[in-house]
Amino acid sequence: MSTPDPMEEIRASFFVECEELLEATQDGLQQLEDGCADGETINVVFRAVHSIKGGAGAFGLKTLVRFAHTYETTLESVRNGSLEADPGLINLFFRATDHLSDLVRAARDNDETALPMGDMIILELENRLGGDDAEEEPEEDIDFQPLGLSLDLDLGDDVEAVKSVPGFNVVFSPEADMFESGNDAYPILGALAALGDAQVRCDTSRLPELSDLVPETPYLTWHVDLVADVDEAEILSLFEFVEGLCQLSIARMDTSADESATSMDVDANFPTRDAAEAFDLPIELPPRADAVVPSADRTKDAAKEETKSPGSELKNTPLERGPSGNQPAAKSVVRVDLDRIERLVNLVGELVINQAMLAQSLQSAGLSPHSDAMNGLEEFQRLTRDIQDSVMMIRAQPVKSLFQRMSRIVREASAAIGKDVRLVTEGENTEVDKTVIERLADPLTHMIRNAVDHGLESTEDRVAEGKSPGGTVRLTAAHRSGRVVIDVSDDGGGINRPRVQQIAVEKGLIPKDAVLSDTEIDNLLFLPGFSTASSVSDLSGRGVGMDVVRTSIQSLGGRISITSVPGQGTVFSISLPLTLAVLDGMVVEVAGETRVLPLNMVAETMSLSDDSLKTIQPGVDVVRVRSGFVPLFDLGHLLGYREKKDSYVGSVGLLISHEDGSLGALIVDDIQDQRQVVIKGLDDSFYRAPGIAAATIMGDGQIALILDPSDIISKANEINPPAPQKLEA
Amino acid sequence: MSHDESADAEPVELLTFQLSEQEYSLNIMNVREIRSWTKATPMPHAPSFMRGVINLRGTVLPVMDLAERLGLPRREHSDRNVIIVVKQAETMTGLLVDAVSDIVTVPRADLQPPPDSASHAAPAFISSLTVIDDRMIRVLDLPTTVEFAQSEAA
Repeated sequence: MSTPDPMEEIRASFFVECEELLEATQDGLQQLEDGCADGETINVVFRAVHSIKGGAGAFGLKTLVRFAHTYETTLESVRNGSLEADPGLINLFFRATDHLSDLVRAARDNDETALPMGDMIILELENRLGGDDAEEEPEEDIDFQPLGLSLDLDLGDDVEAVKSVPGFNVVFSPEADMFESGNDAYPILGALAALGDAQVRCDTSRLPELSDLVPETPYLTWHVDLVADVDEAEILSLFEFVEGLCQLSIARMDTSADESATSMDVDANFPTRDAAEAFDLPIELPPRADAVVPSADRTKDAAKEETKSPGSELKNTPLERGPSGNQPAAKSVVRVDLDRIERLVNLVGELVINQAMLAQSLQSAGLSPHSDAMNGLEEFQRLTRDIQDSVMMIRAQPVKSLFQRMSRIVREASAAIGKDVRLVTEGENTEVDKTVIERLADPLTHMIRNAVDHGLESTEDRVAEGKSPGGTVRLTAAHRSGRVVIDVSDDGGGINRPRVQQIAVEKGLIPKDAVLSDTEIDNLLFLPGFSTASSVSDLSGRGVGMDVVRTSIQSLGGRISITSVPGQGTVFSISLPLTLAVLDGMVVEVAGETRVLPLNMVAETMSLSDDSLKTIQPGVDVVRVRSGFVPLFDLGHLLGYREKKDSYVGSVGLLISHEDGSLGALIVDDIQDQRQVVIKGLDDSFYRAPGIAAATIMGDGQIALILDPSDIISKANEINPPAPQKLEA
Repeated sequence: MSHDESADAEPVELLTFQLSEQEYSLNIMNVREIRSWTKATPMPHAPSFMRGVINLRGTVLPVMDLAERLGLPRREHSDRNVIIVVKQAETMTGLLVDAVSDIVTVPRADLQPPPDSASHAAPAFISSLTVIDDRMIRVLDLPTTVEFAQSEAA
């Protein structure tokens, strides 16, 4: 496996491209739905689907090609105005796109399991097409019929409809790009010859002297006289994967005089707009209202446009398509292996550490703070910080792709339970570390489902309350003071607090007579095994509750909170660090060692005094926090650095809020600092200590371990279960 | 034991080092670098021979007290103590030794298997013995020394 299969690489990049194209499709559809689309929007969607089809064909992904083709055909008729993009159709398109992305994913993972939804959607798409077919003007039949036929690509000659035996002159000159993309002329010509009786002539006139020959430049042109029982579309379909990568012209030639009338007729309508866009046809096109496309120089642009980054396709500005083919200014994008970025991030992490070490040694050398060396060091520090920020930005990605997945979740979830739900997203371009985005998908999916299922009332209830029948789920992202805040809000009924409390009592999560504030009741939702919906629906309520969401958010170094106003809705707010490479840490001292705790885990710090400390029984100590008692955990002892201390007076207690809502106080000797530390993962192959999350390197070059306080406490509880605690705080 | 002539004649380079008054050696191909002793950060609940982790130019390197690993008496640190960074099967480990002495080249044929009785009680940390200038030098069996520690700790 030392040399990767080049085909595999192309394949991999195809799937990467597919993701971008699907994203562009989603965007376009969203614009159509929001009514802020222009003439170009549908073109963008069409081209994206078309490119997926083209790529899929090159890799022989038949199911994908078949589906994309039907989808594309329907889009085409919307594009040429024969089908109106009503909300129903757009909804169908959304579902088609969802299915398309399922197919792409299945193809990528070589998953052979059939996706039954496809046939249904194809049927629906075809119904939309078929229904409108009858009303079409005859001229537009040309647009349709051929594309419909090319579905039967494999069947080739089996087309029976054509009575005459027409002939075609096909002139085909590949461009260098065609070969670069892994296509070859030979199979195309072979397929062409298979259509009927073909006379292939190779034009070598452009071939230069051997000394001038550039091996990468194709010089050959093929002239094929084809006598076959087919129409242009079928011939075009052979070239569809190399469109934009070759010069192609197809002209009809008559083989029998009595057929000339029909042939002429077709000729007059030829080329179809599709063909003109896809191929460099030497035929002038009648100007069209929606897209004037002088074909010269257009093909390559089209090809480029289909593959370029989605960002630039999102612009809403109407496009002028001049003869010069001026496209929206494409952001130039480089695709970089994630490993390389990781390495850069690591190196910069080292630089930061090194700089801190240098600073420390210069200081200990007793240099005056105004000396040149110290001034230079300051400049160096500033640069290091800038570099670090820039490197972190490389890893950052807009949350857009995540949000688009969520809009699918909303569609599916609302369809499943028959609620009319609209997802509004804001701040899609907010950038977050790639790893954070990846690990955010699951919790966010859960929250969105919850919002649709539990957050929003049923349509009848909404109407009864004088609200609009359709509910809105709002998903927003924003940067706020060095963190990313993602809000999931609904305009539903808000949290039914009496009901929540009742459930919590029923499930024995809280004592019957507990008096809880609103916030405390809201936070009950995060308790393990809590599910509010009175009926367990298909969507949520599978027992995987908000506690799992909170755990995964916390593992990302984030926090989650709830605000709810009865009758107006609920907001779940997630606050996340911008990156996982750096952690806000609390630097503490334990038994002479420096340790780092994630700051977000520490709810409170307190210095322990004699009156607050109590011993319940030998070995079980608690500290009084306001009106409750919190068990004490001696960090130094738990880590095996020393025996338990006799007295904790004078030590510092860190109040750790545990995932299940309970509290624990970790005893440390001293708090040294609060600062950002660069996370160094511990090699998996070596010794894995419980309670140790990672390591970091301090300014003096020493390694400090980053602790996982909740792991430490739960380990301690296993060995030594704490005395029952009454918690009212 | 089926070394052919050429393999037997092929010299082996060994890095020799002191460990509690005894002389040990390592195949130099496993040695990545030698560092002076820096204070290691102890790992909780680690086996006692694991001294902890140190910062090796930005990566976290576990360090093992070789004397303790081999069951030799523990002794005080001196400035001559060094960490030999070895690489065994993609894993880097630091070995704390008393002092590095020399690099010697011996023909492979001069490496003798240790007497059987020596390997009964303890894990076979010594893969072979050789004699240089009338001094017996033990050749460390690195996989046993390093990898055993990992499975033990896991």
